[in-house]
Amino acid sequence: MKSLLVSFVSGIVFALGLGISGMTRPIKVIGFLDLTGKWDASLAFVMIGAITVYSIAYRLVRRRTAPLFSAKFLIPDRKDIDRNLIFGAALFGAGWGLAGFCPGPAVTSLASGAAPVALFVIAMVAGIYLHGVSTRMADIGIPPVRTAAQTAADS
Amino acid sequence: MTNFTSVASFVGGVLIGLSAAAMLLFNGKIAGISGILAGVLRPVKADTLWRACFLSGMLVGGLMLRVYLPQAFDFGTIRSAGALAAAGLLVGFGTRLGNGCTSGHGICGMARLSARSIAATATFMATGAAVVYAVNHLLGGSL
Repeated sequence: MKSLLVSFVSGIVFALGLGISGMTRPIKVIGFLDLTGKWDASLAFVMIGAITVYSIAYRLVRRRTAPLFSAKFLIPDRKDIDRNLIFGAALFGAGWGLAGFCPGPAVTSLASGAAPVALFVIAMVAGIYLHGVSTRMADIGIPPVRTAAQTAADS
Repeated sequence: MTNFTSVASFVGGVLIGLSAAAMLLFNGKIAGISGILAGVLRPVKADTLWRACFLSGMLVGGLMLRVYLPQAFDFGTIRSAGALAAAGLLVGFGTRLGNGCTSGHGICGMARLSARSIAATATFMATGAAVVYAVNHLLGGSL
């Protein structure tokens, strides 16, 4: 129960951080990614603030053998930089640059009640399902959905 | 450079870092929003509830912003419905294929100095910048 309360409060703080930092405003995100235009460097400071705090916290917390309210740490330990990682990140970045929303700010912005945000989130959920479907198709022997870029890289 | 908000952005970043740090210290979890969202959509026993709590918290935080900081939802740029739908599909599919987004890779993974996350972050920053370049400078700024 205590761990669920931590999750809930952390969700609130995360959303407030996104809102205060400017991450919920596509104009700021697109301005940050517009390196050759009127570059708005503000969002670099979001990463600096968040990464500084988390770097210190991570190194301190990992000295423990277990988290406070849970049996063990669930930290990704993969080291391989595979094609899925790069193609997935490339597709994500394209969508991020196109709309100016990434998953956290999109979920937070649902609270605004704005229809375009709801449309983006519905499409994002559809994309997540599409990936699940393509993975299950691969599991039963049907070739997975491949992007044009993946096919091009193979040829 | 326009509307530079370095202090607010830094403070917001610190809050994001504290939230992610609390998830690690208390629950042993990485605060990756795309993974949390996908986990709720494909429920796996015992691992769904904390994700639902986190997402509920985000919505409550969003409502607090709506009341106390309405300019947080002053979006400024809203693409057409078609572009938003395409972007949402790309973000949903891409974050699952690549196992993370701006939070999991860009913040938690970068702070852990994970080679995978550094590669992913460099990649999504690059394609994000490329798309913004195309839209703003080749297509006239609207889509």
